[in-house]
Amino acid sequence: MKVAITSSGNSLESKLDQRFGRCGYFTIYDTETKGMEFIPNANKDAQEGAGPASVQLVASRNVQKIISGEFGIKIKSLLDSLKIQMIVFKEPEKTIQEIINMLNS
Amino acid sequence: MSPRPFRLRKISNPAVISGFKPYGNKKNGGKTESVFLHLEEYEALRLCDYNMLNHHQASVLMDISRPTLTRIYARARQKIAEALVLGKQIIIEGGKIYFDSEWFSCSSCGCYFNNPEKQEEIKECPLCKSTNFSNYEPIHDEPEESLTRCNDICICPDCGFEQPHRFGCPCKEEICPKCRHNMVRKGTPHSRNF
Repeated sequence: MKVAITSSGNSLESKLDQRFGRCGYFTIYDTETKGMEFIPNANKDAQEGAGPASVQLVASRNVQKIISGEFGIKIKSLLDSLKIQMIVFKEPEKTIQEIINMLNS
Repeated sequence: MSPRPFRLRKISNPAVISGFKPYGNKKNGGKTESVFLHLEEYEALRLCDYNMLNHHQASVLMDISRPTLTRIYARARQKIAEALVLGKQIIIEGGKIYFDSEWFSCSSCGCYFNNPEKQEEIKECPLCKSTNFSNYEPIHDEPEESLTRCNDICICPDCGFEQPHRFGCPCKEEICPKCRHNMVRKGTPHSRNF
């Protein structure tokens, strides 16, 4: 199963990004193959509509869960209709590596 | 003056099918017209007729007013009746709605998560796999109380005892605790007869 984690940088030591639509990178982690991929977020500096565009980007990778610090009001209903699970994790100091360890534990 | 803003209807369960097709239509040579049942109408029908809620309870769940819910519900029945009588097919789609799901909070890692798959129950926290989680209400805008209370008053026609009216309980089925008489709604033409 694929999980998307919003990340501020493109390494395992980078911190969890607290925003969803305008995060720096998306980490796509596969819990079965343990493979991962960092996708730079093209909508980082978008004026508006960053959230829905990011949803499209993440949904195209067939993820089933998204871990982020916060989800906007537009995103919630969109992800609900796409049946993607949202996990709100308000720990800005956690690194991607720590979150992946939690998923594997 | 600008009109009052349109309130989006909250849908908690998307329909499992996208429509119904009639069969055995002898007229029209097999051609069938369609009726578009909006998702909000489907939801109103589901809450009122399948879950057996009254209109007020259903309206709170859909985050709209009771008269609006009743209007949507009437439209839903009108459309389904039209489909049945004229042999039209029903297509469930459209409507100004948003989806909502249940939220949970995990007490061991402190995260919040939702359940996008209504049919399946959540067994563990998706992040830390602990079973130590509980239901979480993001915004408690309307407490349960609003489901059972309004400003109307039930009055006993015999002894004049008054008590607040409860939703879903017809006044005439309420029994006066003092004289065991059936009660009536205060202020209605009926109650003035006593």
